[in-house]
Amino acid sequence: MTNKEAGAVLTDVMERFLCVACKRLPDDVYEKLRQCRAAETSELQRVIYDSYFDNLRRAWEMGRPCCQDTGLLHFYIRCGADFPYMGAVEPALRLAVARATASAPLRENTVDYFTERNTGDNTGERMPWLHWDILPEGSDLEICAYFAGAGCCLPGRAQVFKPADGYGAIVKYVFDAVADLALNACPPLIVGVGLGHNVENAAVLSKMAYLRPLGTSHPHPKGAKLERDLLAGLNGLGIGAQGLPGERVAMEVHVESSARHTATIAVGVNVSCYTHRRGFITFHEDMSWEQDSYKGVSL
Amino acid sequence: MKKVLTTPVRAEDIEALHIGDIVYLTGTLVTGRDDVHRRVVSEGMASPYDLHDGVIFHAGPIVRESAGGNELISVGPTSSVRMESLEAAFIEKTGVRVIIGKGGMGPATAAACQKFKAIHCVAMGGCAVSAACQVEAIEDCFWRELGMPECEWVMRVKEFGPLVVSIDAHGGNLYAENKAKYAARKDACEAPILESVKDYMVVE
Ligand code: SF4
Repeated sequence: MTNKEAGAVLTDVMERFLCVACKRLPDDVYEKLRQCRAAETSELQRVIYDSYFDNLRRAWEMGRPCCQDTGLLHFYIRCGADFPYMGAVEPALRLAVARATASAPLRENTVDYFTERNTGDNTGERMPWLHWDILPEGSDLEICAYFAGAGCCLPGRAQVFKPADGYGAIVKYVFDAVADLALNACPPLIVGVGLGHNVENAAVLSKMAYLRPLGTSHPHPKGAKLERDLLAGLNGLGIGAQGLPGERVAMEVHVESSARHTATIAVGVNVSCYTHRRGFITFHEDMSWEQDSYKGVSL
Repeated sequence: MKKVLTTPVRAEDIEALHIGDIVYLTGTLVTGRDDVHRRVVSEGMASPYDLHDGVIFHAGPIVRESAGGNELISVGPTSSVRMESLEAAFIEKTGVRVIIGKGGMGPATAAACQKFKAIHCVAMGGCAVSAACQVEAIEDCFWRELGMPECEWVMRVKEFGPLVVSIDAHGGNLYAENKAKYAARKDACEAPILESVKDYMVVE
């Protein structure tokens, strides 16, 4: 297969994948949302969750994006060093986004700086946003597609602390971000916490944290405990769906870390809303592919 | 019984409502967010659609546009707080009665709502298809050059909702009250976690 042929396959499959991923929630998120609904008792929360599930049902039945803010497209890529068509990936993803904008349809959200023009097809300067991890072994291309809506991008932030501030600074920073800023981000949220050494590495890790499949935890027992503690603590604030009083502001808290500089502690917080539109798809070196985010759904 | 507001909305209709009430809207609403507010307030342009006694919806829809007419695919509220610095002047200039959006708004908007007899309501964020199903037709579109999410779409709606009254004309502000309640619980929720990470700096 030539680069061009592989690119054509990638474009076609990714366009269809995006058209599914904007219209339904991945299976793990849908299941988690059902659990959150069961934990709510008030009349107001019942009305909100009824609206959520009614909307998700209609979106899929009518073949429409479940939220009008289909965001900007982010692709987190893990690519085996032996995948033969690396050069075809970026142009194919750009084209897939432009085509899906017309065929899904996605909302035209993408504005270039300085010209301040809406590009009309959700491609633009460095957009879609691509993050590459090249894996030393293997020949698979794993793509995580994420629709980054504005409401859940707004509360995102990162800061660098001194070691003397300790892990307590991390805890307080997460609470401030969620309790003060994230009420408008359509809770229940998936809260991503990135622990690093400077502002952008913590921010990138916070993004990777909320993209992680639900039901996974930080590899270090203390990291995993921190995830559980933050989840329980945040859910004790009395915030429910839509930021109105309730029991569950968060579906899950995920922490990702890198090593830190001996003299800094950096924290990033990124949240994703109840319509956590992220899907995983894997291409093999012969360009056959599979996805398991939406079981039983054909593209 | 469902409480339904009908446009044009009168001051008496507004005065009967209080924060936390759940209402529905029948009649005409107009979308307008960052750019519409900027044009009306900062650039001194008149809204092409007369919003007097009307409804502004902080929302950017997805519309399938064609020569035969515009089909609404999905529509839902966006974070109202982005319009906070402009909303009070917007209410004063346009005479709008109902503002629909997502999340709360601040003290300046609350004061303007009290003074000019207006309310802010929240629609369910992220429920764009259900909301679109309550829109009977797109009747008009203005300022299209602002882009699809930012322009004014004029929509005829039937029992659009549920909407929760978040700012009433009596000085009430639901989100501000709730935020204070959440903030009051923060220390107690943080405390056990701060205790548990106390030794995390110790070398393993
Ligand atoms: S926060 Fe999420 S669900 Fe809410 S409006 Fe934005 S994209 Fe949609």
